[in-house]
Amino acid sequence: MAKDTDTGADTGYMGGDKELKWVGTRPPRPDGVDKVTGRAKFGADFYVPGMLIGKVLRSPHPHALIKSIDTSKAEALTGVKAVLTRDDFGDRSSEFVPAGEMMVNYRDIVRNVMAREKALYEGHAVAAVAATSNAIAKQALKLIEVDYEPLPHVIDAVEAMKPDAPLLHEDMITDGVEPAPTKPSNVAKRVEFTIGDVEAGFAAADVVIERAFDTSPVHQAYIEPHACVASVSEDGQAELWTTTQGHYVARAHCARLLDMDISKIRVTASEIGGGFGGKTVVYLEPLALGLSRKACQPVKMVMSRDEVFRASGPTSGAHMKIKVGATKDGKITAGQAELIYQAGAFQGSPVQPGAMCAFAPYDLENVKVVGWDVVTNRPKVAAYRAPGAPISEYAVECVIDELAKRLGIDPIDLRLANAAKEGTRAAYGPKFGPIGLVESLEQAKAHPHYQAPLGPNQGRGVASGFWFNIGGETCASLIVNEDGTAALTLGTPDIGGSRASLCMMAAEELGIEYDRVRPIIADTASLGYTFLTGGSRATFSSGLAVIEAARDVVRQLCERAAKIWEIPTDAVEWADGTAKPAGANAGDFEPMSLAAIAAIAGKTGGPVVGHAQINAQGAAPSFGTHLVDVEVDRETGRVTVLRYTVLQDAGKAIHPAYVEGQFQGGAVQGIGWALNEEYIYGPDGKLENAGFLDYRIPVASDVPMIDTVIVEVPNPRHPYGVRGVGETPIIPPMAAIANAIENALGIRFTELPMSPPRVLKAIDEMAAAE
Amino acid sequence: MPTVSMTVNGRSAAGEVEGRTLLVEFLREHLRLTGTHVGCDTSQCGACVVHVNGKSVKSCTLLAVQAEGAEVTTIEGLAQNGELHPMQAAFKEHHGLQCGFCTPGMVMSAVDLLNTNAHPSETEIRDWLEGNICRCTGYHNIVKAIQAVAQGQGG
Repeated sequence: MAKDTDTGADTGYMGGDKELKWVGTRPPRPDGVDKVTGRAKFGADFYVPGMLIGKVLRSPHPHALIKSIDTSKAEALTGVKAVLTRDDFGDRSSEFVPAGEMMVNYRDIVRNVMAREKALYEGHAVAAVAATSNAIAKQALKLIEVDYEPLPHVIDAVEAMKPDAPLLHEDMITDGVEPAPTKPSNVAKRVEFTIGDVEAGFAAADVVIERAFDTSPVHQAYIEPHACVASVSEDGQAELWTTTQGHYVARAHCARLLDMDISKIRVTASEIGGGFGGKTVVYLEPLALGLSRKACQPVKMVMSRDEVFRASGPTSGAHMKIKVGATKDGKITAGQAELIYQAGAFQGSPVQPGAMCAFAPYDLENVKVVGWDVVTNRPKVAAYRAPGAPISEYAVECVIDELAKRLGIDPIDLRLANAAKEGTRAAYGPKFGPIGLVESLEQAKAHPHYQAPLGPNQGRGVASGFWFNIGGETCASLIVNEDGTAALTLGTPDIGGSRASLCMMAAEELGIEYDRVRPIIADTASLGYTFLTGGSRATFSSGLAVIEAARDVVRQLCERAAKIWEIPTDAVEWADGTAKPAGANAGDFEPMSLAAIAAIAGKTGGPVVGHAQINAQGAAPSFGTHLVDVEVDRETGRVTVLRYTVLQDAGKAIHPAYVEGQFQGGAVQGIGWALNEEYIYGPDGKLENAGFLDYRIPVASDVPMIDTVIVEVPNPRHPYGVRGVGETPIIPPMAAIANAIENALGIRFTELPMSPPRVLKAIDEMAAAE
Repeated sequence: MPTVSMTVNGRSAAGEVEGRTLLVEFLREHLRLTGTHVGCDTSQCGACVVHVNGKSVKSCTLLAVQAEGAEVTTIEGLAQNGELHPMQAAFKEHHGLQCGFCTPGMVMSAVDLLNTNAHPSETEIRDWLEGNICRCTGYHNIVKAIQAVAQGQGG
C-alpha cells in the first residue's frame, strides 16, 4: 500500500480483491426519516425568540451611479430596528481566494453583497432593513430614498468587449494580455492553454470544421431559496444558521466583510435544499450579521424566488468559436477554441475551467484554447456543477460529432480513436492516471440503447464529458461511544446523501454495522476547517478523512487490547471488527470486539476518539459518455427526450444508488439547459423571466427514466478507488441532444437552448429553402 | 384581524391572522410546521403541497381563512402511531430524494395520486407530478418509489 505523504495516512488504493461488507451496497440514508417526515431543518426553518425579519432593497436599474441613500424615514418607522447600506461595510482591496473550483475577490464580494459606487445589475442589493415583522420590513424598504443616476448598460458579452461599450469598472485593465492595455475595459482576463502547434496540426488535416456557438446563462435553480438566521450579542459573539455548501467558507467571508474575528462567528449549516455550486458564496449572511449586530437581536432573512433569479449567480452565457482538424482516417490533428464567457457584474466567470476542460477528453498533440472573462450588467455568476465545462465541452462535442459524420466514422469510434487515456497529457498540464473514458465509450457502444431502432423524426446523439474534480482541506472526527456505537463528525454539508457514503466507509473500516454510526454535520466551532461541498469533493475528501479517522480509532483500539492483554501493540491486529492477538500471541486471548473495548475504555486510558485533519490530494477525474434519443415535433418544434443512458466512471461507487442519482439528476439538469432554460433580458436590461413559470426547468413529464451504467476504474489515490461523480453528468447532455436533433432533422443547432420557437424557426427555414 | 380555526394533523388549530395570510404562512409561522416548504412563492414548485380535506393543495395558493373549518394534513401528520406512511417509507427505501427539500410536497402529492388512482401508469405518475419540481433526482427514483407503493412494495 502506498504511503500518501500529502495526508500522512495510508490512503492508497487497497485493491479490488478485499471483500467489502458496506462499500458498494445501498442502505437507506441516515437522514432519510427526517427528510420524509418534515423534521429536517432547512435554512428558513430556524426560529429564534425575538427574531427580526430582514429584507433587501434592490436596484431597479441595470447600471446606475448611486449618488445618495437616505434611510432616515425608514429608520424612523416604528418596528424598524436596523438599516444597513454601503456605509456599513469597509472597502476591501483586491484579493482572490478560492471558492470551489473558482476564485472570488473580496473587493468584489463586498460590492456584490452591497452596492457601493454603482448598482451594476437589476436586483443588486442597495440597502437592507431589519424590522419586527415582514410587513414593516417591506414598508421600510419603500421609505428608503436612493438617488440613482442611470447609466447605459450592456448585457451581452460580445457587446461589452467593444471599445465604446458602457464601462462597468473604470479601473479594470485586462489581465493576461501583453503588453497590458492602457485603457480600462470590460474584459477582465485572458487565459490561454496551448500545447504543440495548432497551425501545423490544421495543415496536416484532411478535414477542418469551424463553428461558432452561443449559450445562454442558466441558473442552478435549487428549489430552496437562500435563507439564514444571524444572532450577534452585545459582546460581538455571533451565531449564524445558514443554508450553504460550505459553512467554513461562509464564516471566512463574513469575518472578512464585517471585520470580525473568525472565532467570534460560529456557523451551523442547515440542511441544504440543493446548491449545485450556487450556495458556495454569500449573499444574505453578511447582511443578516450586520443587521443583527446593529439591532442586537436575531435577524432572519429569506430570499424570494424572484430574488434568487435576479440577485444570485447563474452560470455564464458564452460565445465560442471551435475549430477541429482531422485526417480522413479519423485522427484529430488539432483543436482550437476561443471562449468568451460573461461573468456578470464582477470578474470571475468559469472561463478558466472551461478552457481547461474543452479538449480534455482527447489525446491531442496540438491544442490552443483562449478564454476571455467579460463583465456585463447581470448578476455575478456563481459556480454551477462543473463550472465552465458544460459550455466549452458542449461546443467541442458538437464539432466532434459533425467531424464523425463528415468522415463517415461512427461517432463513438471517432472518440475511441482519439480518447484520452492513462498517460495522456491534457493541454492544461496534468498527465492523466488511470481514467475511464475508453471504458465508458466501449460500454456505450455495446449498450442495447446504441443499437435500438429509431422511428421517423427521431434521432440519436452521443457525447462525452470530463471534469477534473478536487480535494482540499478536510477534517473528520470519529467518536467511539461507550456502548460500541460511533458518532461521525463531518464538515461537508450533506447535499445529496454523503452522510450515507461516509458512514459506510466508517463502518467498513471499523467492522461494525452501518446503522451503529451516526453522522452529524458539525458547526464551525466544533470541527476544524473543512472546505465546502463542491467540486465533487465531499465523498472523496471527507471519505479520506473518515478513513484516516477510523484507522486512528483502530490503532487506539489495538493499543487498548494490547494493554488489557499485556502484550505489545504491534502484536495485535484488527480484523472483522475485533482486536486479535497476532504473531507469537495468536490464539492466546479471546478476540475483543469494538464494543467490548469501548465498554471499559475508561479503565484503559479514557475515551477512544479518532481524528483526521488533511489536505486531501489525489482527486481523480471522472469521464462519462451519454446516449440520448429524441423525437422532434415538426408542428411545434418541441423536442422530446425518449430514452437516455448515462455511462460514467465513478472509480468505485461507495453507495451506487447515490452515484446513479448524481448521473440522473445531472442528465436532467442538462436536458433543461439544452432545451428550455435561459435568462431573457429586455432592452431595458431587466430580467424578464425571474420565476419558475417562465424560467422552465424540467418537470417529471418532460423526461424518461434515466438509465445508468457505473463504470469503475479505481482511483489509485483512494483506498476504495473513489472518484468524484457529481459534476461530470451535466457536461454531455447539451451536445448529446444537439447531436440527436441533428440526426433527427439534419439541422445543426449552434445555440442553446434548443427551445421550441428556435427549433420551429429552423424547421420552417429549411422547408422554405427546399 | 380575522380569526381562523381548522384541524391540522388531527388537532384543532386556531389563530388570529391578517386576511392576506397564506395557508403556508399559517402552517409555518403560526404552527411552526416547517416541513411544508416554500420554494417559489408563485405556485410552480409544489414544495408546499398539503392535504386540505384529503386533496393535495399548494398551500401557497390558499389563504389561511379559506381553510376555515377544514381538515388539513401536513407532512408532519402523515406518519401514524410511529409508523411511516408507506409513501414516506418508499421514498426513503428507494432513494427518492437527494437534498430532500421537495420531498414533503412530493410525498403529499403522491399520496393523493394513489388515493385518486391506485394503479397509475408511469405516464400518469409523471403527468400528476408536473406541479412538483425536483432539481436533484431527475425524478427517476421518485417515480420508482411511487410505483413501488402502487405495487404494494413500499418501504
